[in-house]
Amino acid sequence: MAEHSSHSHGTMGQLMIGFVLAVILSIIPFYLVMADVEMSRTTIIGIIMGLGAVQIIVHLVYFLHVNRSVEEGWTLAASVLAIIILCIVLAGSLWVMHNMNENMMPMPSQEQMLEMMNLQNQQG
Amino acid sequence: MLDTPITGPIEGPEGPDHHQDHHHVSPTPIGFWIYLMSDCIIFGTLFATYAVLGGNYAGGPGPKDLFEPGLVAWETALLLISSITFGVAMLNATAHKLGSTIMWLIITVLFGAGFLAIELYEFHHLIHIGAGPDRSAFLSAFFLLVGTHGLHVTFGSIWLITLVFQLRKHGLIEANMRRLSTLSMFWHFLDLIWIGVFSFVYLVRLV
Repeated sequence: MAEHSSHSHGTMGQLMIGFVLAVILSIIPFYLVMADVEMSRTTIIGIIMGLGAVQIIVHLVYFLHVNRSVEEGWTLAASVLAIIILCIVLAGSLWVMHNMNENMMPMPSQEQMLEMMNLQNQQG
Repeated sequence: MLDTPITGPIEGPEGPDHHQDHHHVSPTPIGFWIYLMSDCIIFGTLFATYAVLGGNYAGGPGPKDLFEPGLVAWETALLLISSITFGVAMLNATAHKLGSTIMWLIITVLFGAGFLAIELYEFHHLIHIGAGPDRSAFLSAFFLLVGTHGLHVTFGSIWLITLVFQLRKHGLIEANMRRLSTLSMFWHFLDLIWIGVFSFVYLVRLV
């Protein structure tokens, strides 16, 4: 069964290429954070997120062997569906919650609350 | 389960026709992949929760007070190496080398245990200094997401140990090969989720 299994397990070469790429793609973001590199905050965040996305693709290709031919394309189809749902969940949550936070009444601080209660007591 | 007749024991008695079934290999890998995708959506919602709540500290400590990138780097290294050693175990299994397959699986579970040890140390430390999951929305979301990943690694390790016993008892039979290849997907998938965790949960918040 292993010989004609449609889900291949790759070769030693693929494994090592994936490993080297993953190491490089992990060391750069950790270095940026741990060595306090002089760069704007947004640039560093962008680089970290970008390298993370690339590394996910590296893992999918070299370790999980996702491509168009595996299981007659069903693996890819299931993955694409999952990614679409993920995008809806992530973008939707961030968008809705951002709007909610924007439109929320400002919460009074504890001191302001006490002040308001004192005022009410005096009036009453 | 509906498809069992195609790949099950019925395949044998069919005689000369059975080579036709080569197109119908076991449906397990694709089924397991669909399970992994559902897991992916669970993690996606937890990442979204963290993204939404991650800034609400309720006057408590924030990421820069709590996270130690050195520890996270060690966790990342251990999990990545465990992914590679599993890959080597898989290659040995397809080459029908039972002894080295078991050896590499045991090495994998040791690296996995190292990862879990660091994570438990971190959680214990955070709870000890009063930054437990009940401290703020940020910490609730953090513990939920990272803890869910840790639980997956824990169950993956239990599965790994179970499989080592199965392999010692029955060898590299077809059923064990199927279990190995599904666990291999599971293990690599956890490494993949960890990329999101170390980038998005830890590093980005330390910039």
